[in-house]
Amino acid sequence: MPSKRCICAVLLLGWSMAFAAIGKETAVDNYRTYCTQCHGLDGNGKGINIRDMSVQPRDHTDAKAMSGRSDDTIFKTIKEGGPSIDKSVLMPPWGDTFSDEEIHDLVAHLRQLCKCSFGKEP
Amino acid sequence: MRRSLLPLLLVAMAATTGARAADDGSAILAQRCAGCHSLTGPAPQNLQQLWGRKAPDLFYAGNKFRADWLRAWLQKPTRIRPAGEFYADHIRRGEKGDEIDTATLTPHLALSAAEAGPVTDALMRLKAHDDLIAAEKIESGSISKSMGEMTFDKFLGCMTCHEIEPGFGGASGPELYTAGRRLQAEFIASYIRSPQAWDPKIWMPNKHVSDTNIVKLVHYLSVLSKEPGDAK
Repeated sequence: MPSKRCICAVLLLGWSMAFAAIGKETAVDNYRTYCTQCHGLDGNGKGINIRDMSVQPRDHTDAKAMSGRSDDTIFKTIKEGGPSIDKSVLMPPWGDTFSDEEIHDLVAHLRQLCKCSFGKEP
Repeated sequence: MRRSLLPLLLVAMAATTGARAADDGSAILAQRCAGCHSLTGPAPQNLQQLWGRKAPDLFYAGNKFRADWLRAWLQKPTRIRPAGEFYADHIRRGEKGDEIDTATLTPHLALSAAEAGPVTDALMRLKAHDDLIAAEKIESGSISKSMGEMTFDKFLGCMTCHEIEPGFGGASGPELYTAGRRLQAEFIASYIRSPQAWDPKIWMPNKHVSDTNIVKLVHYLSVLSKEPGDAK
C-alpha cells in the first residue's frame, strides 16, 4: 500500500506536468509569432523583415538545404543563434523565449515544412 | 507669520492643481485609452493573450517614455511600429514575399493640448517596473554614428527587425531612429538586457548583449535621434 508521502509525490508530479503542458505553446503558434517575421508566412524565407538584410533567412521549404542540417544542429541554431554554428548573427538565440521541448517541436515543424529529414530529400 | 505661510500655501495649491490634472488625465485614460492599452498589467503570459493585445502596454509608461516626447506625440501621433501590433495580424503574401497590409492598420487617436498634458502626467505616474529601471545606470556619453551602426547592425543584427532611418531596416519591431527622443535611457538598456523581463512573450529575443554593448547601443540611439533627416 503506497504511503501518504508517495501519493503526495505522485500528485505533485502530476500537477507540475499539467502546469508545464498549459505553459507550452504549439510549434505552429510559436512559428507564427516568432519565426514568420523573417522566415515568412509560408516558411520560404520571405518575411517582412528581409528587404534590407545583408544575409537572407533560410528557406525552410528548401528540402536540399534543410536536409543538410541534422536535427541537433537545427536545435542548436534555434536555441543559441546563427553564430553558434558559424552562421549569421541575424539569426538570434531564442533560448530565453522557448523551452527545450518547444524547440524540439519546432525542429519537427521545420521537418514538415521541408518535407525532409537529415541526409534525405524527398 | 502671514508672509512665511504664503510660500507654503502656494506650494500646496500647486500640488493640488497638479494632482487634479493627473486625476483628469487618469479619467481620460480610463475612458479613451484602456480599451486598447493595458494600464494595470500584467503583460501577456501566453500567445493567446499576446495575440489579443491591441496596442502596447502602458502600465509602465512612466518607466519607459520621455514626458516631453509623449506630450507632443499624443497631439500629433505617427506610426511607430511599421507593421502595427501584433505584426503577424497585419501582413499578407505579396509577389516578392510577405508585405505589410496597410489597410488593416488604424491610426492612433489624437488628443488636444488640454488633454495631452494631464494624460502625460497620468501616464508618467504608471511605474510598475521601478525595480528594473533601478538596476540600470547609464552614464552620459557618445559614440560615432559609424561605430554605433557597426555594433547595432553588424555585431548584433538589431536592424533585422528595427528601422534606423525611415524606410530602412526591419518592420516587425518599433522604429528606433526616434528612440533616443522617445524613450528613457535606462528603459532602453533594461529592455535590451531582457525583453522578457518586461514582456514575457514578446517576439524580440534576448541576445545576451554585454554591458559594454548595451551602453554603446543607448548612446547610438541617442546620436541617431538627433539626425536632422530623422526628425519627426
